[in-house]
Amino acid sequence: MFDFSVITCWIDNLLRVEWGLPDFWTLAIEFVLVGVALLTAYALIALVLIYAERKICGFFQCRIGPNRVGKWGLLQVVADMIKILTKEIIPIKRSDKFLFLMAPFFVIIGSILTFAALPFGLGLQAIDFNIGVVYILAVSSLGVIGILLAGWSSNNKYSLIGAIRSGAQLVSYELSAGLSLMVAVVLAGTMQLSEIVEAQSDLWFIFKGGIFAFVAFVIYLIAGHAETNRGPFDLAEAESELTAGYHTEYSGITFGFYYVAEYTNLFIVAAIATTMFLGGWMPLHIPGFDAFNAVMDYIPTPIWFFGKCAFCIFMALWVRWSYPRLRIDQLLKLEWKVLMPITLVNLAAVAVAVTM
Amino acid sequence: MKSFYLYIKELFEGICNLILGLKISMMNFLRPKVTEQYPENRKTAQHFDRFRARLVMPHNEKNEHKCIACGICEMNCPNGTIQVLSSMVEDPETGRKKKVLDKYIYDLGTCTFCNMCVTSCPHKAIAWSQDFEQAVFDRDRLYCQLNAEGSHVESKTIPTPKTEGKQNTSTVNGQES
Repeated sequence: MFDFSVITCWIDNLLRVEWGLPDFWTLAIEFVLVGVALLTAYALIALVLIYAERKICGFFQCRIGPNRVGKWGLLQVVADMIKILTKEIIPIKRSDKFLFLMAPFFVIIGSILTFAALPFGLGLQAIDFNIGVVYILAVSSLGVIGILLAGWSSNNKYSLIGAIRSGAQLVSYELSAGLSLMVAVVLAGTMQLSEIVEAQSDLWFIFKGGIFAFVAFVIYLIAGHAETNRGPFDLAEAESELTAGYHTEYSGITFGFYYVAEYTNLFIVAAIATTMFLGGWMPLHIPGFDAFNAVMDYIPTPIWFFGKCAFCIFMALWVRWSYPRLRIDQLLKLEWKVLMPITLVNLAAVAVAVTM
Repeated sequence: MKSFYLYIKELFEGICNLILGLKISMMNFLRPKVTEQYPENRKTAQHFDRFRARLVMPHNEKNEHKCIACGICEMNCPNGTIQVLSSMVEDPETGRKKKVLDKYIYDLGTCTFCNMCVTSCPHKAIAWSQDFEQAVFDRDRLYCQLNAEGSHVESKTIPTPKTEGKQNTSTVNGQES
């Protein structure tokens, strides 16, 4: 396994020792480098996901999706991005101007902050908190503040209804999302993301944890999917009833922010599920098969990470294009009467199983 | 206790139904796609048999058509799209005068593709083509002459009264609507 911290240490050494910069400037340059790298990854992941979504959606509907711009429509997303950048931002009369323009940034910031703690590969992690799981759960749900602000400041009843629905949805589903991640925490015995990944070096939790980990994984995927306001849980947008929900009044790049944030949130949910249950960047190691494990180590760790994320994202898209939208009462019933009890029983059972 | 049993039963039934839904959408995912990529598949594109692109007059290999210039299609056409220009020519063998087609003019621009000409033709002399790329830059180019240059009517196309009744009831290549 190639340790990417070699590269980061080399840059740090270059700045500190070779160039002899003081601590302040070293850190400033490194912060800028990390920020640029994460923002680039953010934009690229959103572009790739938008393309994948349109293509996979087409395949589920027996179409072939975008196929005109570039080979297999590969440049379609780039063309759409350029189009959205050139569009006008239309100011709304009697809207709360300040909050209206600020709301998209809340949504974006919520998902960018999560990127800081995600381990993309061995040594590819910006910050390794000892409470990484709590940090990620806290930060990834910040986006709903942006959604609520957008609905409130638009001065539009449809936007407001969409935003309130989104809030109700997030408050409910955050519970089972958090509690199902606790199963992985119990299995690993730590909340530090790098150590959780390290604890899966012999076998991933989804295999090692048996039925408990599997149930927790499925529930996290459902709850996380609901938090991203997509698929059968898209009542916050619900284009047939609320035009476009909370982002009805947005146009141009402000709408683009919501669009990008939706797809990166999809990636973040997949990345968290990957890190907690599918072993993160850890290659597939089966105890006893040393030759097989050695071969698996030759595949670079980011490929493992993004491959597992792609699997989780495909599951989300599959669900999205299979089921009709839930009503608000069905949505809340699913969470409070089905997912919550199962998660609690599952967590209690896994705690007993680990202590015994 | 009974409600708990019902809850568990409902839960597992729900899970089974959800998996069934996923299975169906995955079958759609794996099915061959129906999208036609038009300019690329121009050579292989398949159209429905009953698709009416424009009127044509089929000619055989000896450059003969079946039109006897009776003018029924012209009379049946609701838009005046068809003009049958004919002349009376004396048959050298029998010495009797006979109507011969000079020009069969078809105006694609006014045609509504109602199919009345084809169904009313007693000799199946006209048919529909599948060639749908009919856009032109000049309206005059929509006037077409359907009989080829130097063509003449097929010999022995004049049916006896017995077979004529049969022909009227049969369909023309399944194009009768």
